[in-house]
Amino acid sequence: MSVATAAAAVSLVDVAAGYHDRIALEDVDLDVPPGSLLAIVGPNGAGKSTLLKVIAGLLPAWRGTVSVLGAAPGGAARRIAYVPQAELVDWHFPITVSGVVMMGRYPRLRLGRRPGRADRDAVREALVSVGMLEHAERQIGELSGGQRRRVFLARAVAAEADLFLLDEPVTGVDATTQQEIMDILAANAAMGRTIIATTHDLACAAQCFQRVVAIHRTVVADGPAEIALDPEMLARAYSGHLLLLDGTRAMLDDAHHHDESGAERHYHDGGG
Amino acid sequence: MEFLLEPLSYPFFVRALVAAVLVGTVCSVVGTYVVLRGLAFIGDAIGHAAFPGVVIAFMLQVPFYLGAAVAAISTALAIGFVTRRTTLRPDTTIGVLFAGTFALGIFLFSAIEGYVADLFSFLVGNILFISFADLVGLLILGGLILAAVALLWKELLYSTFDPLGAAASGLPVARLEYLLLILVALTIVVSVQAVGIILVVAMLVTPAATAQLLTARFARLMGLAVAFGVGGAVVGLYLSYWLDVASGASIVLVETALFVLVLAFNSRGGLLRRRPVVATPA
Repeated sequence: MSVATAAAAVSLVDVAAGYHDRIALEDVDLDVPPGSLLAIVGPNGAGKSTLLKVIAGLLPAWRGTVSVLGAAPGGAARRIAYVPQAELVDWHFPITVSGVVMMGRYPRLRLGRRPGRADRDAVREALVSVGMLEHAERQIGELSGGQRRRVFLARAVAAEADLFLLDEPVTGVDATTQQEIMDILAANAAMGRTIIATTHDLACAAQCFQRVVAIHRTVVADGPAEIALDPEMLARAYSGHLLLLDGTRAMLDDAHHHDESGAERHYHDGGG
Repeated sequence: MEFLLEPLSYPFFVRALVAAVLVGTVCSVVGTYVVLRGLAFIGDAIGHAAFPGVVIAFMLQVPFYLGAAVAAISTALAIGFVTRRTTLRPDTTIGVLFAGTFALGIFLFSAIEGYVADLFSFLVGNILFISFADLVGLLILGGLILAAVALLWKELLYSTFDPLGAAASGLPVARLEYLLLILVALTIVVSVQAVGIILVVAMLVTPAATAQLLTARFARLMGLAVAFGVGGAVVGLYLSYWLDVASGASIVLVETALFVLVLAFNSRGGLLRRRPVVATPA
């Protein structure tokens, strides 16, 4: 990439990371300019969420250099919004939509301080920007899947974050909802915010993002979004876990339920 | 009225009433976080772990709450540390430390010769025996706990609801977790004389659990929990006085009765209503 590292929103050089004694990522180099709309793709267990956590400062890198918004991990934390996978959220938690969005303001409020007018205005604007204002006082468990995700996007907006890190924001929602979420993300990227999202959905990665980085323990492909559907890239990233239909449509096959018929081609270990 | 006013002519009852309001308030405030984080078992463990501290304080002739505080806080931190640093499941770690520390208390307790009725009252609680000096100490401690929550309520709330999001945006989530464990330990210290080590977990969990059946708003939940906690403690205290029964048991029974009533009849999916609670589609 031609973008200088100093100007990058996120820059990783030769990074390795893992949990306890198990390595999940190694030799990772990544350079993300501000305003990017980047998808991280790869099979289950490839290290997508690990990479996101390293960038978020939630997991220390074992080695290598990590620079996020011009600082070491955690150094620019208030400018970072991290949205966890929907399955990790306790949707029965006693909190309203506006309560969740207000949490985005907490890190900038001093100890013991209650949110003030400026915070309430920011929450309101954020809710408007994701089309959730009318649901502001509902308990989060009463919402549909797409609405739930929009609440967390509003939280990132209310935090006035410059870097959005989203773990599987479009997994498990229908196509219309997916488009709504991607429109919100694209609008924020257009404002100069950097958006990095993990996803299982290769079609969505190819159509709705600007750039795709494929991970399989290291970066196996990095380029414009169309590469998400490139057979060679897929073979490397998904070695043995992927089914190509007619050479164009890709299908993840993590469960190994192979249907050996017709025009399908199996890709086995292309060197990932 | 006589029923309510007559006991108030005795200083020991007034002291007990102050203690009941204090314990009801502090337990419900901290208990709200305990319930939302699923720390009930940890609360029970820390309560039992306070016992050896109480026994040692008795042997050294120092105020019981000092010994209880040292024992409860060190156990709380040990649970937090071991859970983070080993691959053992948290409930396993807690089970080991819980039984081990309580065994130490029983061991020392049974080794003491002579009069130990005072110590026995810490197991089952006797709010009517609370001394003026102890009450002052407990009021200060309770005030410190409430001040800590007043200062950090929103940070504790964010890190309880979404620890990853909170940590990524710069909140010291691990330190907040340790702080909450320390607050649970201190809350137990404030409460053991009133309700006893064996039942103290009920004071932490029951009022907040009852409130959770009634509201899906955090602030309202904490407010209702305090109302149930203080109400249960005061009603239980009067029952204890008039029926001459153990105060800890009567307070916990009143709070449990409130929980069962709300569980059965509340409009948000009570057990006796025809329509079951249906989870909204994800």
